[in-house]
Amino acid sequence: MTAVDGAGDAIPVEVHELTKSFGAVRAVDRLSFVARPGAVTGFLGPNGAGKTTTLRMLLGLVRPDHGTATIGGRRYAALERPTAVVGADLEAAAFHPGRTARDHLRVYAPRAGVDDRRCDEVLEQVGLADAAGRRVGGFSLGMRQRLGLATTLLGDPRVLVLDEPANGLDPEGIVWLRGFLRFLAGQGRTVLISSHVLGEVQATVDDVVIIAGGRLVHASPLGDLVALASRQVRVVTPDLAGLERLAAEHGWAATRTSDGMLLDDTTPAAVGAAAHTAHLELHGLAEEGASLEDVFLRLTARTEPAEPVRGGAA
Amino acid sequence: MSEVLRMELRKVLTTRMWWLLALLLLGYMAFLGAAMAFSLSGAEGGATLTGDSSAPPLAERDVALSAYTLAASLGYVFPLVVGALSMTGEFRHQTITATLLAEPRRTRVLLAKLAAGLAVGLVHGVAGTLGAVLGGAPVLALRDQPLFLGDGEVLTQLVFSVLALAVWAVIGVGLGTLLTNQVAAVVVILAFTQFVEPILRLGLTAVSALEDVAKLLPGAAAEAMVGSSLYSASGLLDLLPRAGGTAVLLGYAALFAVLGRVTTLRRDIS
Ligand SMILES: Nc1ncnc2c1ncn2[C@@H]1O[C@H](COP(=O)(O)OP(=O)(O)OP(=O)(O)O)[C@@H](O)[C@H]1O
Ligand SMILES: [Mg+2]
Repeated sequence: MTAVDGAGDAIPVEVHELTKSFGAVRAVDRLSFVARPGAVTGFLGPNGAGKTTTLRMLLGLVRPDHGTATIGGRRYAALERPTAVVGADLEAAAFHPGRTARDHLRVYAPRAGVDDRRCDEVLEQVGLADAAGRRVGGFSLGMRQRLGLATTLLGDPRVLVLDEPANGLDPEGIVWLRGFLRFLAGQGRTVLISSHVLGEVQATVDDVVIIAGGRLVHASPLGDLVALASRQVRVVTPDLAGLERLAAEHGWAATRTSDGMLLDDTTPAAVGAAAHTAHLELHGLAEEGASLEDVFLRLTARTEPAEPVRGGAA
Repeated sequence: MSEVLRMELRKVLTTRMWWLLALLLLGYMAFLGAAMAFSLSGAEGGATLTGDSSAPPLAERDVALSAYTLAASLGYVFPLVVGALSMTGEFRHQTITATLLAEPRRTRVLLAKLAAGLAVGLVHGVAGTLGAVLGGAPVLALRDQPLFLGDGEVLTQLVFSVLALAVWAVIGVGLGTLLTNQVAAVVVILAFTQFVEPILRLGLTAVSALEDVAKLLPGAAAEAMVGSSLYSASGLLDLLPRAGGTAVLLGYAALFAVLGRVTTLRRDIS
């Protein structure tokens, strides 16, 4: 028995300097991060950021140009019984439409080292017990997501890798998924989920890894991302020219709005005092914390998406 | 390895295609077997389907053999397609991802698919061969001709008919691996088996220098494996000896499998 095959183990996912180009497109660029056991890690980035490509490299489906991606220190393909260590779901609709949900699971059961009873068990776990005998061709997107999740759970893996698991789920389904993933992480499992919407996973994740254009732009506990949200002061005034002068005098970075300005890195007290001194008429003065989504957008907008590799062989 | 094989067998058994096609093959061969027995035995009965009475009459046993082993000459497209679908379906439904997650060692996946293909091919072999006999024998009986169903050579050829059809399914798996687009694979299979090979065989045979090349075509090799065929029984074409035909047919299976392994299965799956 090697360490990674035992149940109850803490198995980190480690990505190191991972790089992959498709022709002229550098999909993933020297990406490094760690997803730790006992936590849900949100792997975030806009469309085309390289999330799926990274996960496919982690799972041995795509060969990296450089770098390594390991599970408990071993490459996926080197695991003795991979689906008993890592449960991965990459494609929402990857089912043979003619198979029933139970038969779909029975196909993958032998390699996960489990029997038919376990297939019914995981169907129960994801709330598909009633649909076990129905052909997958007639399933809704949400049901497919649940069946995909059931497939990942077959071998009772210590690591879960899910690509956009919330896609196609209704609000109730998202709440259910959140609770389920929190529960799995609470058992000490390593849960890595991708999404292109921070808001979708904000309430689920402990850590965030944010990429854009194939590169890492931010990795931290979720709380540190909140701290990144810089404070802004919203000012409403009929005298826009006066406000502009005031902002320039005090060196506040400012963004125009229709009826005033958003001022960065200052406080309502400072703005109010300055306006009073300058006899500037104010109609509104309020502090606004940028939402996490704003921070996410700002972080991912900084890097151009998927730049072509210049010169040389790709 | 046995787990991967069980995975592949379950994939086949949990879909309907394999037995639907086997049933269709059985029915189709029963029809053709009856028609063949009727037309070939008709020479002595005074009536032929084709009205062609210039060809020399066949010996009674050859008539029975021609009807009974029809599946190897005319029905092999069924196991070939079923074999190909086992791989093209994975790409069509993108289940190849789940398959390679369950078993990242790609050579093992291919070997398991070839073995599962052989198993399904045996079912098709039995269905096709049985169909031809079930269609042909009653017609011969109606014409008061001997059935030869206890004859050693006839039984041997029936067994090899089953085996040849099974090998066709294995060839299909390799072909599907090489040509993963399902529509393209089926079109190529239909075009090759229905038009290209028959025309090539007749064309190559007409040129005496190329006659030996015609024997190496997969359809000719399969008929050689069985030991008789429509063409050869009527003296139109020569075939390789049985061992040679078997070797050539297995060679095609190995060739496609290896080509599929070093092309499709070496690429990124994305
Ligand atoms: N097989 C491929 N061939 C060519 N380019 C590819 C291939 N796979 C991915 N790419 C490119 O690599 C980049 C990253 O794609 P990837 O699918 O990893 O992004 P993603 O973050 O998963 O996006 P999304 O949120 O839309 O799923 C994109 O520019 C994409 O076009
Ligand atoms: Mg993606």
